[in-house]
Amino acid sequence: MPHIPLPEHLPGITGLLEYSRVTAEPIRLLTQFILRGENSLSPAERELIATIVSHNNECRFCTAAHTAAADLLLGETETCEIMKQDIDATPVSDKMKALLKIAKQVQVSCKAVTAESVANARTQGATDTEIHDTVLIAGLFCLYNRYVDGMATVAPADPQFYTGLGQRLVDHGYNRLPNGYDHLKKHSQPS
Amino acid sequence: MAHIALPDESLPGIVGLFHFRPETAGPLQLLAETLLRGESPLTSGERELIASYVSLLNDTHFCHTSHGSAAMAHLGYDLSLIDDIKNGFQQIDISPKLRALLNIAAKVQKSGKAVTDEDIAAARAKGAGDKEIHDTVLIAAAFCMFNRYVDGLGTWAPQENEAYREMGQRMAFTGYVRFPVKADVVEV
Repeated sequence: MPHIPLPEHLPGITGLLEYSRVTAEPIRLLTQFILRGENSLSPAERELIATIVSHNNECRFCTAAHTAAADLLLGETETCEIMKQDIDATPVSDKMKALLKIAKQVQVSCKAVTAESVANARTQGATDTEIHDTVLIAGLFCLYNRYVDGMATVAPADPQFYTGLGQRLVDHGYNRLPNGYDHLKKHSQPS
Repeated sequence: MAHIALPDESLPGIVGLFHFRPETAGPLQLLAETLLRGESPLTSGERELIASYVSLLNDTHFCHTSHGSAAMAHLGYDLSLIDDIKNGFQQIDISPKLRALLNIAAKVQKSGKAVTDEDIAAARAKGAGDKEIHDTVLIAAAFCMFNRYVDGLGTWAPQENEAYREMGQRMAFTGYVRFPVKADVVEV
């Protein structure tokens, strides 16, 4: 049960963002830009960064939601599953592998990113902006994961829930839906 | 030296990063403004103490000292009392409620899952309501992002408290959305 009363039809982060819409606004703006804005990293690649950090923070809700979004953007489910076990075996570019390793270091601690891992990313063709954005996405998910679990929000057990949520993230991104989320009250699954 | 080439290497901590990527600087500044100076049952001084304390636990000197300086400015304490945060708040007068909330913030710094029902009950017993608990968790989580951003990209930080005096006063009384970032980049 969450540590504070949250809307029951909105589990995980979704209820928190509705509970506190004023603080949600800059978080949504940042997320929409860094995960969906113009970038040399594709939305799928950026969702992989979100997924690996959430996975390593053991945040069930965020891991399932961003795995679902990445799977939909990639059109397959293998990449995420392999990535969670072994970055080197993941079917992504060498540059992306190097960036995922930086993201993993960011998850561990503020000081864990090494000059070697940054140099490796650069050798594989990563630009300064890609390195910057990787560190910021990884940092942002250290925020989300702690917010979601620190408030003890509910993570639905039904995998279908996350497919629906992932589709919403693919279709609408991270902006608040213009008409809010009351329509979700009528269904057990997000539409 | 930072891990990436910043437009102005003389700017420390997050300030140098704001100039590197104005597109993300806008929402990040707005987030700090909303969390630390927006509406909350916690005073700005209390919220800055939470920010500074979490940054200390993350060993991010720039954020610890700059937000410590902002807290001292809000609370009317001398800058040297920043060091009292390291000493467990022996001289800074904090309420039992804030002490319980700082305990929650310290748990969030470790992991979201580290926050227990007992931690929450203890804060409620000292008078913390839903919003105070929410704001504490979110501020602590946000500084786990800000700290990783600042140190993960290897930015530099001035050592002495004194170097953060004016910065803290600006953060406290002028706020975090101080200037149009894009115009500022042109100046550089």
